Amino acid sequence: MQPKSPPNPIRRQLLTSITSLLGFVGVIFAAIPFLSAFKPSARAEAAGAPVKVNISKLSPGELMTVEWRGMPVFVYKVSSEAQNALSADKSKLADPNSDQQQQPEYAQNDTRSRKKGIAVVKGVCTHLGCAPKFYPEATSQDFDPNWQGGFFCPCHGSKFDLAGRVYANVPAPTNLEVPPHYFETDSTLVIGSDGAS
Amino acid sequence: MTTDTRTKRFLSWIDFRFPLTEVFERHLSKYPAPTNLNIWYLFGFLLIVVLAMQIVTGLWLMMNYTNSAEEAFSSVEYIMRDVEYGWLIRYMHAAGASAFFALIYLHMFRGMMYGSYQKPRELIWLGGWFTYLILMAEGFTGYVLPWGQMSFWAAQVIISLFSSIPVVGEDLATWIRGDYLVSGITLSRLFAFHVVLLPILLIAIVFFHILALHEIGSNNPDGIDVKKHLDEDGVPLDTKPFFPYDISHDIFALGVFLIIFCSVVFFFPTGGGYIIEYVNYEPANPLSTPAHIVPSWYYTPFYAMLRAVDFPLFGLTAKFLGFATMMAAVAIFAVLPWLDRSPVKSIKYKGILSKTFLGIFVVSFFALCYLGMVPPTETKTLLSKIFTLGYFSYFLLMPIYTRIEKCKPVPERVAEA
Repeated sequence: MQPKSPPNPIRRQLLTSITSLLGFVGVIFAAIPFLSAFKPSARAEAAGAPVKVNISKLSPGELMTVEWRGMPVFVYKVSSEAQNALSADKSKLADPNSDQQQQPEYAQNDTRSRKKGIAVVKGVCTHLGCAPKFYPEATSQDFDPNWQGGFFCPCHGSKFDLAGRVYANVPAPTNLEVPPHYFETDSTLVIGSDGAS
Repeated sequence: MTTDTRTKRFLSWIDFRFPLTEVFERHLSKYPAPTNLNIWYLFGFLLIVVLAMQIVTGLWLMMNYTNSAEEAFSSVEYIMRDVEYGWLIRYMHAAGASAFFALIYLHMFRGMMYGSYQKPRELIWLGGWFTYLILMAEGFTGYVLPWGQMSFWAAQVIISLFSSIPVVGEDLATWIRGDYLVSGITLSRLFAFHVVLLPILLIAIVFFHILALHEIGSNNPDGIDVKKHLDEDGVPLDTKPFFPYDISHDIFALGVFLIIFCSVVFFFPTGGGYIIEYVNYEPANPLSTPAHIVPSWYYTPFYAMLRAVDFPLFGLTAKFLGFATMMAAVAIFAVLPWLDRSPVKSIKYKGILSKTFLGIFVVSFFALCYLGMVPPTETKTLLSKIFTLGYFSYFLLMPIYTRIEKCKPVPERVAEA
């Protein structure tokens, strides 16, 4: 016998819609564990704890690379002449006053540092995550004849000054990030925490 | 009972339960291949062979490879030094990846030249395009597995691309990595994609691609619709059975291909740094970027575009625009069937404009391929911008130039071409 059309087609349509909707909601809920499993695990998060660094032996012009959350963090001294230069010439920079939130509030100044003379920036190019190279001297370089000292990213040619501020018209969109940090004592730097105060 | 009748009885036993003879006839012995197919029609077959080779060599590599950040690099060295013929299997797999891309680019170019994407072959083209996407993902994930310096930094750069997406970017990148920076966690998931998810998709889509092709039938260098003229059995007159007539060409081509392929595997396994980059012989070091990062040659055209976009626009960052341009350059192949308004398929009968723009596309593609390999300078970035425009002009201006140009008439039969 040929099946007849349902006696109440609207009722059947409604039941089909409700069942489909419920199934769809179920799929979304079932997807949660699978999508969440992609997030950093508890172990990966724990590895992101703050690190302590002894900076007493850091000499001017030297770059200290500290590993924090698996990322390189650059720590270096900036001489007072260089600091003055950073405040004086801002014409080449894309964001000279650090208006974009790439640093904690206490580092939103011309040297982008919490403590004048000690710079702490993430060594991760804001373009695509390469580690920029440190060229502290203000001498002519292959990539820039009027180089004023700072970072040059070998991957795609982004340039940053000694305060980690990005030059205009390079691939990197923003200044190098300043990680949260504080000075426990004059010679001990803690990266990864803003400190108690 | 003779052997002959015994075979026949066995076949009919099978055919009663599974359409063996039917499948063989439909896809091989009675599949009508146009008589005017030329050298450009060999690459599809070669691609299938390379796919099979990648699966076999990959399976063997997996038996000795360890997917952890601590051991990945040394397990590859172990394969190279201690496993019997491990070096051969790995070199075949690495050179196979490059061969795969070389062949798929030739295969795609064939389609573009002869209008094989046009109606009614849009789904065949889309299937092929999707295969290409999966292959790119497969190439990238596989590249990360040896966990050398290039592996690590390629992963870092590619995954960071997602962080350029406004608002959700950073979280998305962390979600993909499963960590704040590329780590062993990232390596493990890319490994899972490389050996399970992507190969399954790849095989499924290739299957779809061939099924769709065998439904419609092959295009040909003249773009003649061979189905217009049939013999009394309904077989197109300008065709011959794929098996054994066409496959014999393919087998010969396979011989030539294997001579070239084996020369590379045995004598130039690293391909001068283009198949296996020398920097990748250093273990991954998250704290030091190699001085000059380049992706594999088959991605460099898109990489050059990424670097070419160095200006913000409409409130979007240069980084995001570069990423979007690169994605668009790959995605735009998908809409090709709807961009072409030409009444003819093959470049042979299209007008001078189509020929010019296809030429511009080819030149741009090779130029970008080179520009993506060399360190950026101001001149080179400018050139990259120009060639990026050239690349996109082929696609974006196509609806215009294919409509206004004068085409030559397409002959009715292959013999008249």
